[in-house]
Amino acid sequence: LNFFFPKSGNEPRGFRDGVEVFPERESDEMSWIDNRFEEGLIVTSLDWAINWGRASSIWPMTFGLACCAIEMMAVGASRFDIDRFGAGAFRATPRQADLMIVAGTVNFKMASRVKRLYNQMPEPRYVIAMGACTVGGGPYYKHGYNVVKGVDLVVPVDIYVPGCPPRPESLLEGLMRLQDKIKNQSVARDAWRTTKERALAGVA
Amino acid sequence: MIAEQIAEILRGRFGDRIVESNFKGAHPHVVVDAGAWHDMAVFLKSDDRLQFDMLRCISTVDMLEDNQFVVVYDLHSTRGVEHAPENWSARHEFCVKIKLPRDNAHLPTVADVWNAADWHEREAFDLMGVVFDGHPDSVDGPDGPHPRRILCADDWVGYPLRKDYEFPMEYHGIPAVTEYGQTRPVH
Repeated sequence: LNFFFPKSGNEPRGFRDGVEVFPERESDEMSWIDNRFEEGLIVTSLDWAINWGRASSIWPMTFGLACCAIEMMAVGASRFDIDRFGAGAFRATPRQADLMIVAGTVNFKMASRVKRLYNQMPEPRYVIAMGACTVGGGPYYKHGYNVVKGVDLVVPVDIYVPGCPPRPESLLEGLMRLQDKIKNQSVARDAWRTTKERALAGVA
Repeated sequence: MIAEQIAEILRGRFGDRIVESNFKGAHPHVVVDAGAWHDMAVFLKSDDRLQFDMLRCISTVDMLEDNQFVVVYDLHSTRGVEHAPENWSARHEFCVKIKLPRDNAHLPTVADVWNAADWHEREAFDLMGVVFDGHPDSVDGPDGPHPRRILCADDWVGYPLRKDYEFPMEYHGIPAVTEYGQTRPVH
């Protein structure tokens, strides 16, 4: 029965022993199928199908913080049309979203909200840091007393899209790089670990 | 009505509570005593000749060398303006400044006179630390009630637009230093 249900039992996602936890690393999380099988022919074929599905339907969350969100809306509209990549279904709830495009300046007051939204997303979940502010503080790097110097201090980031704001083509490029990243994933046990982490964990 | 006439009306009612005045520059104003400010605000709004029905802006200036804050109230009267050539035409406008000691800046609220003052005073407290006594949206602080913060988080330390403000080095576990090497994430 354990096979079909997550290890955490009935506890809500983002909570461990009743305490809200914020994952610090990408490798702390996995979906229900991940990390259960050894590598092999079947798993490799399964990977292809799963990754094709995941990469072709990255549903982003409707979530914009500042001016970058305007560019994100342009990407969603007909001229640039993010739906060509299967990522046009902007979900109004994090529980249905795969991708969080952090579009805009994250300040300290907002950081806890960003964290919470990220925690409410189902795994596998991905984060694109869009624009100079989310990549590293941007124009607020030196004198922004309330600006988080990069959203990677709050949530783990998969793709960085620089620009102030990035052109819509840049965001599409970032999305395609994210698709590349997803297509290289594997559900095999410990496949997501680096060689060093495998050695530390005692896996071959 | 020009600023000199308005100041003359004020002077007739409040006398020497008007500390100084300057009508030369681009921003003619009077500087008034903080203790008389609330009565003066009521008078400015309700007097038939003045009828300042709109508070346009509250600004706060940090005069660090003089060790004082200057709170600037920009007033605007729209009463009796008919067939105005454009929107926002003023029958007349006026500016009142109040100088406060920097270490203990207290001022009576005028949110009961002009509703616009509610959020403006919250912002003035949030960013500059001027406490408006009797504000309708007050919370209890270590030094008595003060307006609720409006932009920064409720547990924010300090007043960011003060000239001697020190940046936080950390906020709820998120490093906030601006040194590149320390800001980079470790994961």
